[in-house]
Amino acid sequence: MKHRILSARALAALMILSLLTLLLAGCGAKGPDGSSETRIQGAGATFPNPIYQKWFSEYNKANPGVKFDYQSIGSGGGIKQISEKTVDFGGSDAPMKDDDLGKVQGQILHIPTVLGAVVMTYNIPGVTGDLKFTPEAIAGIFLGKIKKWNDPAIASVNEGATLPANDITVVHRSDGSGTTYVFTDYLSKVSPEWKSGPGTGPSPNWPTGLGAKGNEGVTGQVKQTPNSIGYVELIYAEQNKLPAAAIKNASGEWVKPTLDSTSAAAAGAAIPDDLRVSITNAPGAGAYPISSFTYLLVYKEQADQTKGKALVDFLWWATHDGEKMAKDMSYAPLPAEVVKKAEEKIKSITHQGKPLRS
Amino acid sequence: MSTATTERGPSPQKALAHQPTKSALGSSRWADSLFKLTTLAFALIVAGLVVIIIIEMAMNSTLSFSKFGFGFITRSIWDPVHEEFGALPFIYGTAVSSLIALFISVPVSIGIAIYLSEHAPRGLATPIAFLVQLLAAIPSVVYGLWGIFVLAPLLRNQIYPALQKSLGFLPIFKGNINGLGLLTAGIILSIMVVPIVTAVTTDVMRAVPASQREAALALGATKWEATLIILQNARSGITGAIILGLGRAVGETMAVTMVIGNRPEISASLFDPSFTIASAIANEFTEATTEIYRHALVELGLILFVITFIINASARLLVYAVTRGQGKVAHA
Repeated sequence: MKHRILSARALAALMILSLLTLLLAGCGAKGPDGSSETRIQGAGATFPNPIYQKWFSEYNKANPGVKFDYQSIGSGGGIKQISEKTVDFGGSDAPMKDDDLGKVQGQILHIPTVLGAVVMTYNIPGVTGDLKFTPEAIAGIFLGKIKKWNDPAIASVNEGATLPANDITVVHRSDGSGTTYVFTDYLSKVSPEWKSGPGTGPSPNWPTGLGAKGNEGVTGQVKQTPNSIGYVELIYAEQNKLPAAAIKNASGEWVKPTLDSTSAAAAGAAIPDDLRVSITNAPGAGAYPISSFTYLLVYKEQADQTKGKALVDFLWWATHDGEKMAKDMSYAPLPAEVVKKAEEKIKSITHQGKPLRS
Repeated sequence: MSTATTERGPSPQKALAHQPTKSALGSSRWADSLFKLTTLAFALIVAGLVVIIIIEMAMNSTLSFSKFGFGFITRSIWDPVHEEFGALPFIYGTAVSSLIALFISVPVSIGIAIYLSEHAPRGLATPIAFLVQLLAAIPSVVYGLWGIFVLAPLLRNQIYPALQKSLGFLPIFKGNINGLGLLTAGIILSIMVVPIVTAVTTDVMRAVPASQREAALALGATKWEATLIILQNARSGITGAIILGLGRAVGETMAVTMVIGNRPEISASLFDPSFTIASAIANEFTEATTEIYRHALVELGLILFVITFIINASARLLVYAVTRGQGKVAHA
């Protein structure tokens, strides 16, 4: 009897103590770091995640006091988080729109990091070589107008291949994505019907096709499904030994997606000073038509001196030394003119009005 | 017993009941009240969480509710670029995939339950029950992966063409076969639902009093007829089990989104891709940049919440009806 009563009081005391501890811990946990390590948080696009992770680890080896964390939650997430200032920098394949920029408190700069190519990959039984697609053919397939592989629009430019009379299974993204944004941006440029129909966006209303999650999902789906076609970032097609079709570019050439043809797209396009540009269907020799920059989004005015300096130094390093690692990881490095413009932007980042890097 | 004693005054038990429990440390009535209050607080917190979730979801779907009203439930278009949203394709996908799951899993589960409770030799019943329960432990994502790499190719190459050849005149089996779609999602869901329905049905059947079984056999029924009588006895419980399984099927996200094809379109054929509410939210929420897009997705979630609530409430009412009724039957 005595034991039970004791434990009732002890239990009550314990409950009060634990509640107090939790309250204190909650309040006190965010104490100042005090240590020498600066942590910088970022979030955004999935496409450049592999090279960003490599950059962060290499930079940390050279500068042990600075640590970057990046969560690849998607371009849309990156834009949302940086707009709400929950992260120090964002990542996005698509540049932010004017009205989105207008809603943000403060000015956001777009710093391009690498280039990517969106390729048309397919799985047709009996076809081993690389196919060619005209822009009209691609738009027709994704609009659901071209239904069979042996349609004249496809067969007429692929003389050497035996295309079967099978139905085309279109595979697109089910999740909203920067890759989709770039692809639909291209389609809107080459097809008025697409522009007035589904339009450009990370999640358009696809007229036809199956949805798969992520670049990985589309790759897996195309690999598994005969007679299918899908759009993925170049590196996914390469790593999974899937074909990547050549596309007719704005100059009328048949261009295969390679790192060089991707960089050529950036070289051929007119780059504005704020670096927000779409380089799909770029004019210029050897330009691959479905190419895009991917950006890091940072505030022009940095609230924290230490973090701001670390961020600016990293951006400088990335656009100069980091670019050297791009090709090994199947990303296209920025052309020289773009690096120069990026340098201007990086030098303009300030803390309390004073530039953090001169 | 205490009423039997007369002259001795109140019984020792009554006397003790009126005395507060004493200890060397003093009266501890406050400890009892504190304990009661704390447990009451826990109960209220949990109930409060549900209310908070409903309120938060309602507040976060106002934009799309004011734009589309109740018509949201009947519209079929889902176009984030032009900000046109409608829930009907998702409701259709959720409902049909869950119904297919039940259609396949209920006969199988009842069969397993009958075997386990009536026919299985003791040494075999436990391992089989264990293996069936193991199905429930497999994560949803693993089911999805298995679906993409094993089930979908099998269905695409062997089973669907055979179905189309034999039953292709039915509109539900027409159309392009690519392995992913409503029927594949329904099949995977049925595998996930089997352990739940089996477990509850087995328990319900075992709970039928032995007197029923013995009476049936004594009156000359065959073993199968006796089983049928037991099933009839347990029918409300079995309905409850089915509704529980339905509740799981409606909410499944990852396994479904990997095999359903993710296309917000209603079509007659079961081979065509479709979309469920849960997989739509999982796919699109992180990239929903505009306010109304987010609100439309939250409204979808609210609709799913209401559906699940109705399903679970009916299950509860059914169980209540059963437990009330069985009390009367037992005394008869």
